[in-house]
Amino acid sequence: MGKKTDTILDWGNQRFPVTKVWDEHLAKYYAPKNFNFWWYFGSLSMLVLVLQIVTGIWLTMYYKPDAKMAFDSVEFIMRDVNWGWLIRYLHSTGASAFFIVVYLHMFRGLIYGSFKKPRELVWILGMFIFFCLMAEAFMGYLLPWGQMSFWGAQVIISLFSAIPYFGEDLTLWIRGDYVIADATLNRFFAFHVIAVPLAIVLLVFLHIVALHQVGSNNPDGIDIKKLKDHWTEVPLDGIPFHPFYSVKDLVGVAVFMIVFSIILFYMPDMGGYFLEHANFIPADPLQTPEHIAPVWYFTPYYAMLRAVPDKLGGVIVMGASIFVLFILPWLDRSKVKSIRYRGILTKGAVTTFVISFLVLGYLGTQPATPIAVTFARIFTCLYFAFFLLMPVYSKLDKTKPVPDRLTESSPMRVCPAIPCKFASALWQKFSTLSVYSKLKLIVDQVKAVLCKLDEFLFECYKTIAKVVKKQ
Amino acid sequence: MKTITAILLVITPLWVQASGVVQLDRVKVDVFDKASLYRGAKTYVQYCLGCHSLKHMRYSRLAADLEVDDERVKKELMYVGEKIHDSMQIAMPQDAAANWFGIKTPDLSLIARSRGADWLYSYLRGFYLDEARPFGVNNRVFKDVAMPNALWELQGHRKAIFKTENGQEVITRLKIVKRGSMNSKDFDATVTDLVNFLVYVGEPSQLVRLKMGKWVILYLIIFWIVAYRLKKEYWKAVH
Repeated sequence: MGKKTDTILDWGNQRFPVTKVWDEHLAKYYAPKNFNFWWYFGSLSMLVLVLQIVTGIWLTMYYKPDAKMAFDSVEFIMRDVNWGWLIRYLHSTGASAFFIVVYLHMFRGLIYGSFKKPRELVWILGMFIFFCLMAEAFMGYLLPWGQMSFWGAQVIISLFSAIPYFGEDLTLWIRGDYVIADATLNRFFAFHVIAVPLAIVLLVFLHIVALHQVGSNNPDGIDIKKLKDHWTEVPLDGIPFHPFYSVKDLVGVAVFMIVFSIILFYMPDMGGYFLEHANFIPADPLQTPEHIAPVWYFTPYYAMLRAVPDKLGGVIVMGASIFVLFILPWLDRSKVKSIRYRGILTKGAVTTFVISFLVLGYLGTQPATPIAVTFARIFTCLYFAFFLLMPVYSKLDKTKPVPDRLTESSPMRVCPAIPCKFASALWQKFSTLSVYSKLKLIVDQVKAVLCKLDEFLFECYKTIAKVVKKQ
Repeated sequence: MKTITAILLVITPLWVQASGVVQLDRVKVDVFDKASLYRGAKTYVQYCLGCHSLKHMRYSRLAADLEVDDERVKKELMYVGEKIHDSMQIAMPQDAAANWFGIKTPDLSLIARSRGADWLYSYLRGFYLDEARPFGVNNRVFKDVAMPNALWELQGHRKAIFKTENGQEVITRLKIVKRGSMNSKDFDATVTDLVNFLVYVGEPSQLVRLKMGKWVILYLIIFWIVAYRLKKEYWKAVH
């Protein structure tokens, strides 16, 4: 058996770098050993991407991108296609899940400084993925051809008309008609199922290649490549991604799928947030719904759009709220990456940012009453203040010294685990005795001598290697 | 320019406070109560299917889901020679409906999903006499609705008692002026069955979905335990 697989592997390796790719990206990709909760969302985003692609393929087998048939074809999937309801709900719940995991993934990057040098390109590629994801979700939402699909698209596309000189023509060109119509539905379908997914898959590939070039960040924001074992060239605080993080991510996948299933089976419309109630009424160009609200993941930006009394101004603010994320690597002037070693200013700013984002998200779902608009204005200002004042407060902020080595992921492991209470008490007594400190001193000295010896041996090895190479 | 005006018209309502919200009556429905669903189906066919189709609902699916045999469905729910796999369509031409009621009679397959059970329950019990309206009735939760009170034979006639609040006339309650064939308790039960039926029709697959969920989650919990143990085992080498 083993021999046979080796032969196959050899055959493959002569034609494609199978082992090389496997090693570089999994078995010998060394990740910091102290990833915490926040590091689950990268692999989960990938899982949801695959889920969306697979369920999407099955949906296109029955969906009809035709203004007269689209709405009914979705109901056909829900009722007459075997397991059609499951596939449709996987896709619709998956869309919201995608934004949840991606938002958490981005937030991770934000608080642990994963966007900072040398990971600027990883962050920017990620932002392009996020941008494509928004386009993908927006176009996908038109396809069920319900009232919210229609009027949501109508409102958002009309925003382009605010652009001076060619705005009107541009909207007409995008829609392919004077209102959202069959032509719009067909082109959105094309973009949703082919163009944008292709772009997303390509960008995800580049995102990972760029990440593996510089290596993963960690909750301490320490560069683990600085300290390597000089014999093996392996970072001292690194562990191979596979099997350690592949098995750990499996736990994350299990927990994610449990939460996902609870929503999928017991509240697939999430009280009107994942599937809006008005979207169960077929699109009617002659009847405007009383209250148009985008799906929850767009509501923060929608609230910012409405906060500005001028249409063009609103569009600019909304665009800027996304654009400002792209330049984040150059806004942060702090010496340290992780929030763990930053001061009160940054921590306060991040808290303000989170509150603003959540409040704006809530306001975007509500009718724009004068009070709501006032609040939206305040929190829009705070949202931008977080980014635009960053060069100032991140520089002024007091930072704590960053250690050379990673801090332990679980603090419980710092002292030896002693199950028995009596033994633990004994240990504590012992550790205060002078004998203990003397013993420790000896151990440390022996350690130091061994290290010196190790370095000496390595130097010898290097010299010998040089001589051998010359000959 | 026209589009801009149209869009502004669309956005305008967003800037205006939503008008006074009517308090809805709460209803408890249970889609697993098959007898209730069947009673609801019968009421629907008798009083609603004249005007409102359920074009996404097939008779055969109804029979299978409600555990009623096809023959009984044919006898009790199908009057005009449809076939068992047909969907619940109406004979009334939509143009004629537009002529008679001023509006096309909407298909109600998904009405429970767009309006919700509480709204339907309140709406069906919300009719009151109003001379000003073409059919002599108005509705508490859907003002100036173009629909007559289809269930008046059962419910009887009611009139609204108004009071003035902040310069606006508000309905405080509805008072019976002519009794129908049912007392109010039986009528409420009938409406509950009908709403239950519409909730089922909104998503027939919920019968499978709600039952299946716990097994999927149980499986995933087992998977989670295995994955967790596996992780612990591997990570011994790290700690």
